[in-house]
Amino acid sequence: MSGALKTVFLHEMQVSFRRWSDLVSPLVFFVVVVTLFPLAVSPLPEVLQQIGPGVLWVAALLAILLSMNRLFRDDFEDGSLETLVLAPEPLPLLMLGKVLAYWVQVAVPLILLAPVVAVAYDLPGNALQTLVLSLLLGTPALSMLGSVAAALTVGLRQGAGVLAILLLPLSIPVLIFGSRAVDLAVNDMATRGPLLLLAAISVLSVTLAPFATAAAVRVSLD
Amino acid sequence: MNAKDGPIELSARDLLLFRGERCLLDGVSFSIGTGEGIALRGPNGTGKTTLLRVLCGLTEAEEGAVYWQGTDIRRQRQLWQAALGWSGHLNGFKADLTVDENLAFYSSLYGQPDYALPPELGLGDCISLPVRALSAGQKRRTSLAAVILGNSPVWILDEPYTNLDVQGIDFLNQCLSRHINGGGALIIASHGNAHADLGIKELTLEQGQLS
Repeated sequence: MSGALKTVFLHEMQVSFRRWSDLVSPLVFFVVVVTLFPLAVSPLPEVLQQIGPGVLWVAALLAILLSMNRLFRDDFEDGSLETLVLAPEPLPLLMLGKVLAYWVQVAVPLILLAPVVAVAYDLPGNALQTLVLSLLLGTPALSMLGSVAAALTVGLRQGAGVLAILLLPLSIPVLIFGSRAVDLAVNDMATRGPLLLLAAISVLSVTLAPFATAAAVRVSLD
Repeated sequence: MNAKDGPIELSARDLLLFRGERCLLDGVSFSIGTGEGIALRGPNGTGKTTLLRVLCGLTEAEEGAVYWQGTDIRRQRQLWQAALGWSGHLNGFKADLTVDENLAFYSSLYGQPDYALPPELGLGDCISLPVRALSAGQKRRTSLAAVILGNSPVWILDEPYTNLDVQGIDFLNQCLSRHINGGGALIIASHGNAHADLGIKELTLEQGQLS
């Protein structure tokens, strides 16, 4: 059973490395947004430390959101989504494999880049650690929630806009806890609370979202 | 998994399906058993593809159901899907991956990581080309290869002869008759007479009725 998850995961990695340009664009977006803010707002370290956590988290959220509609689009157009739906394996498991591969392709590079670009905000060392940790705990939830929205909208012609409307309200708790954790770290306060809540949201969405995604994919193919 | 060992019983009962205001399937019922084949005929747009998708479980009929070995396919999706080989209009292959990589993925998804391509398929030279570079006929051969390799007891093929050359049609007919004679079941949608040699039952879908 987990063999199918591994098969889908490896296949997805193989496909995306052949089309590496798709992988780069969310990262470029993230870096550009994060580096433009200090230039536009203020060069004062106190101001930058204040807005840094929020800007970094909003940019990460939008980078993931913008690349999300590609998750099922190609598969829908070339018919491989049908192949997955008709495979003799549990569909939620296959969907989990796909989203896992997506997370490794998009979120992991973003998490690695975040502390580098965060230097522009003069964040202290412990805040950089918290930033990485909060993204590590929060992005699985964003990816899983995004997969449900992407599966629901894959059959629509104007899917990207609907996807954003569906996904934004769901991702707001993640955004609040994520940026709050970094903000607390900047002010040298305990960050455990929001980080644990992020972890809880991620565990919940990783366990439940694959079932919703599978059901949504079936509806989209009907 | 080779489920060709047991008897096959696939049936559809009273399928009813609307697309907009049009009734595509109006109480369609039929059944098919071991070693039988059906060629589905009918003008464009009468719902042949839709009927095949309902049989696969990709599309839900508004009323009626499809039964595999006597049980509704919605209650046993994995069992039914393990017994099903489907080839539709879209080939389901990644254009950037080679034929070999695509077929390897397909086979391991169906629990057969090692596969050997039949040489008669005429894919020998292009096995290491990306699917993007294949001609329409070669793409069709590739997607038929996936079904042939799957070795499932029931094959449902939507216009399998499209884009095939004479040798391709001959080879496909050999495969299909071997499949039927080996105790499989076959449902195809077909426009031409390429399937005439198979000697399978012809059913025509017109105005929602099968005759």
